[in-house]
Amino acid sequence: MSPILQGIITIVLGVGGCVTYFYASNLILDKVIFPPKGSDPGRNINRANAVRPWLFLFPAIFALGLYLAYPVVGSAWRSLFDRDGAQFIGLGNYEKLAADPTFRQAVFNNFLWVLVVPAAATFFGLMAAQLTDRIKWGNIAKSLIFMPMAISFVGASLIWKFVYANNPQIGLINAIRDYFQLQPIDPLQIPFWNNFFLMVILVWIQTGFAMVILSAALRGIPEETIEAAVLDGANPFQLFFKIKVPQIMPTIVVVWTTITILVLKVFDIVYATTGGNFGTQILPSYMMQYMFRDDGRATAVAFVIMIIVLPVMIWNIIQARKETR
Amino acid sequence: MSAIAGQKSRLTWAVQISVVVMVVLWLIPTVGLLVSSFRTTDQISQSGWWDAAFPVEKAFRDRIPADGETQANGAYVLEGNLLTDGQNAQDLKSGAKIVAFGTSGIKPDKYKPGETADLGDGATMTVNADGTFKASSPVSFEGSGPRVYFVADMPPAFTLSNYREVLYSDGMGQAFMNTLTVTIPATIIPILVAAFAAYALAWMEFPGRGLLIAAVVGLLVVPLQLALVPLLRLHQEVGIGQSFLGIWLAHTGFGLPLAIYLLRNYMVGLPRDIIESAKVDGATDFQIFMKIVLPLSFPALASFAIFQFLWVWNDLLVAKVFLPANDWSKVMTVKIADDLLGSRGGDWGILASAAFISIAVPLLVFFAMQKYLVRGLLAGSVKGG
Repeated sequence: MSPILQGIITIVLGVGGCVTYFYASNLILDKVIFPPKGSDPGRNINRANAVRPWLFLFPAIFALGLYLAYPVVGSAWRSLFDRDGAQFIGLGNYEKLAADPTFRQAVFNNFLWVLVVPAAATFFGLMAAQLTDRIKWGNIAKSLIFMPMAISFVGASLIWKFVYANNPQIGLINAIRDYFQLQPIDPLQIPFWNNFFLMVILVWIQTGFAMVILSAALRGIPEETIEAAVLDGANPFQLFFKIKVPQIMPTIVVVWTTITILVLKVFDIVYATTGGNFGTQILPSYMMQYMFRDDGRATAVAFVIMIIVLPVMIWNIIQARKETR
Repeated sequence: MSAIAGQKSRLTWAVQISVVVMVVLWLIPTVGLLVSSFRTTDQISQSGWWDAAFPVEKAFRDRIPADGETQANGAYVLEGNLLTDGQNAQDLKSGAKIVAFGTSGIKPDKYKPGETADLGDGATMTVNADGTFKASSPVSFEGSGPRVYFVADMPPAFTLSNYREVLYSDGMGQAFMNTLTVTIPATIIPILVAAFAAYALAWMEFPGRGLLIAAVVGLLVVPLQLALVPLLRLHQEVGIGQSFLGIWLAHTGFGLPLAIYLLRNYMVGLPRDIIESAKVDGATDFQIFMKIVLPLSFPALASFAIFQFLWVWNDLLVAKVFLPANDWSKVMTVKIADDLLGSRGGDWGILASAAFISIAVPLLVFFAMQKYLVRGLLAGSVKGG
């Protein structure tokens, strides 16, 4: 069967199945299990209403449990076994990781990424938001800065590989160096600094995201605070850094953490540009090296990523609990 | 007052200029690749894409055939056109112009067009800018015409040949269909599942609701990497294995937290009166959901659909793990990252056109539906906003 036909059938079955499930389960609940009649119809209605939320939630909880909650436990468990999953080796995989210089390099690089990318993307996003809000063609400028969000990490990597190409006739960086009569270089092979050249790609993508959200937050600042500051003689820079930025601080934190989480997961950029060579390995791409070859090691790396993400996750949950209350 | 006004306009200019600089910086990389995707490999290696609108100089070599030899005034003469009839006629598109010629490979640009070159033994040759040449010799060329080197100005030319090649012979066409096949079901299926759950979390009272919302928020950030190994094994055990069905299910599961979160945030904001008056009129939750909440939530549904579409279309990780690794099932991201970057590594024309085939649809969706995308981002990130 061709995949396209299979796709159409899956859509029909999936959507139809969902509708049928929800409709039929509600019907059975109301007409068969707890019909509003008999000795105590009121109690039956209450019972039906107590069960109904779980009917609505069941498919989602099932899928979430199977595809996201179970793997956390499953991966943790799997990481305690050897390559084939046959022998229990306790923390053996983690010990092997700790002894591997490439792993330590990956942790160090990931640390750099987490330090630089969210800060740079948020900073440029904030600048773009503030500047584009003040000009007539701001919306067009916004859309153009936002555009890389639609491009895949692989596509973006290719776009930048082209900019970095080690040939003054192809790569823009080397064309500029050539103009100043400097020798061509390969930015992706310069030890240590190549990490930053790769980070540029993610900053380029994420600045638009930061800009859109921060721009909305800037617009939400009450006019009175700004007017008061202007009357008190604040100059535009003071107005921005002392009045506006403190008021949107919560949003800045949200943007920052969102990008941080993303940084910890993106393996595409390193994979498509250097393949982790020349000292650019990061944890997600390090994991993909072992995927399919040594599942024990791969899940151990995944679990390390999970542990790094955990504080942000807890912080997010606390924030969400505060709001729903 | 005037001093203040002057300062203001100067500041406005500074703002304008910085925005222009930023937009240009953000656009240049993409524009460069786009321009290059329409240039031939020759042109790309001859000049940078920023010079694509200008002519390129290229050196050629030819040997004038001696069979057209004529005799006039006691001299043997060869005449013809290097551009239109020579060995390189295929590469020399209309509009090419000769800027220099020579008789040896060491100095192919020794003579300007129209000058007369000395071939030795009294023989001479003249080549004009339009390619016409005339060689004459006191003795017969005897079957071997003189060798000629020339430098031609190639007019800027753009071609779709890269696209044709990458689509048909490199398999990007198949990969495009595969990406489409993966993306559409993976975008549609989670929506309904998430919408029902979001309605329950937004408008139904039951114990444990707060806990479930917190769980969804927590699952939003679970690294996908954790899911790969256990789920692939699960799929293999239940017989799905690496297949399209497997990747649809995986993307559905991975997309659900965001879907539920976005939709719940939106549904909570719907006016309470409408829903309560419907309840008073005797509508069941199922009816309220299908007839009132679902249609009213259209903007949030659209936001999520765009997110999921872009995410699945651009995904590399899930496709690498959950789809079989054969040529027939590769999606575009895998094709580019695993095949083309390796086998066509230096062939920028091919790589660029492959990249643009994969980028085109997301860009279209992005520019057409930007409003919903922005709205979804805001609902997901600006707390309380």
